Amino acid sequence: MESAISCQNITKKFGDHTVLKNLSIEIPKGKITTILGYSGAGKSTLMKHFLGLQKPTKGKLFVLDKNVSELSDDELRNFRKQFGMLFQYAALFDSLSTYDNIAFPLKEFTKLPEAQIKEKVINLMSSVGLDEQSLDRLPAELSGGMRKRVGLARALALEPDILLYDEPTTGLDPITTKMVNDLIITTGRTENTKGLTSVIISHDIQATLKISDYIAFLERGEIIEFSPTKEFKNTKHKTIRMFLDLTTH
Amino acid sequence: MTMQAVLSPFMKFFEYLYESTVEKIEGAGDFALHFFDIFYWTFKRPFRLKLFIDQLYFIGNKSLFIVALTSIFSGMVITYQTYIGMKVMGAYTLVGPIVVLTIAKELAPVFSAIIVAGRCGAAMAAQIGTMKVTEQIDALEVMGISSRQYLGVPRVWATMIALPLLNLVFLFVANIGSWLVGVKVLGIEEAKYYSKLQAFVVPNVLWEGIIKAAVFGFLVGMIGTYHGFKVQGGAEGVGKGTNAAVVWGMIIILIIDYFLTNLLVPILYEVGV
Repeated sequence: MESAISCQNITKKFGDHTVLKNLSIEIPKGKITTILGYSGAGKSTLMKHFLGLQKPTKGKLFVLDKNVSELSDDELRNFRKQFGMLFQYAALFDSLSTYDNIAFPLKEFTKLPEAQIKEKVINLMSSVGLDEQSLDRLPAELSGGMRKRVGLARALALEPDILLYDEPTTGLDPITTKMVNDLIITTGRTENTKGLTSVIISHDIQATLKISDYIAFLERGEIIEFSPTKEFKNTKHKTIRMFLDLTTH
Repeated sequence: MTMQAVLSPFMKFFEYLYESTVEKIEGAGDFALHFFDIFYWTFKRPFRLKLFIDQLYFIGNKSLFIVALTSIFSGMVITYQTYIGMKVMGAYTLVGPIVVLTIAKELAPVFSAIIVAGRCGAAMAAQIGTMKVTEQIDALEVMGISSRQYLGVPRVWATMIALPLLNLVFLFVANIGSWLVGVKVLGIEEAKYYSKLQAFVVPNVLWEGIIKAAVFGFLVGMIGTYHGFKVQGGAEGVGKGTNAAVVWGMIIILIIDYFLTNLLVPILYEVGV
């Protein structure tokens, strides 16, 4: 199986504190992979490594066949254009309308005329279930679920190869959680985005079991389990069993 | 009482002194990095002219009223106080040039900078700080956009351009206030008022104020954006960052003013102390 992200014995230290310990994982291309773990396990640090925002102290990290540690700052900025990211609270630019938020990456990185940008924004909005009435609204005028939709539309604007989700359902009500989960599945599996690799950082086990193709479990900087969802559900690993039992009951 | 108990308060004091010194040195290092980042990104494409003009409008245009209001009353009160002092010595006709020199060389650049530090330096720290705690800055970086270039560069250079202009507005309006009180209220003869102005006020006085205002503008922009990017935590962090931007902005203006005066006076007027 071809991998989109390949971590080879990555160690990350901050002073004397080791956050990632000799971590290895191959994240498959075109699949939805979730990295689960307790708070403070190193999930966010790992995601920052994928984006090249942090570099490993030891080990190698290949993302879409590029060794991230060897890229210069300018190369890293270009490299990041292959990513889309949905932040925990969507991170919409609060001074910009829905339209301007979604059009932002298109205006920054393409030379498309305004009419084409508008057409693309409307298509993106409809793909995440937003109607045109939200076009001129500011983020403060949108509900939590709508903000997530706008954030996802913005993340998809440049047709990324890898889509990262940072705790996508944390703090949402059950209905919005279901909506976001459905959106992740639809986005990851629809025809027009085939080949898109989705990586989710989460500690929401129920949602993870529903939406993921593969699940990794990170504990104290180490991947202690990485398997397809069906196998993961039946793992015998003591810590994961405890995590599964605690969060599913 | 053991030796350890006796030494304990001293140890605590030295520990505090050490930690506080290290913190200040780290802060100075961070600020130096921010300074170089702003310069580095200034000369890298894309040049964000629209963002620069937006900031110029916010810092310049939107500060006009408050600068005008402050300056007219400053001009009036200084004229009044100077007149009282000078009348004792019988040199009240010198009120005009004394007030104009005071305003052009010191009050206009310093007061305008303090107003901008309070109004715009605080806004910069609050805007950038809020963007940081709500992950909007991370969103920019993830898209491959430098947050220093997108948010920092336009604000720093817009403040540096806007402040000399506000300084000139301050000077002009304060002089109207001075003329009103001096000539119309206190009764200084208009002809003497103008002749003394012509005799003592040289064009380099204007340049001194403009250069000072540009330097202060650059510093206010740097300090405001630096404290915005440094914000950590939530609303409390934004509050602390905003407060630090205003306080440090004002302190630095007053400190730099002294050294800048020492540097500029010999150059502009060819006089030594």
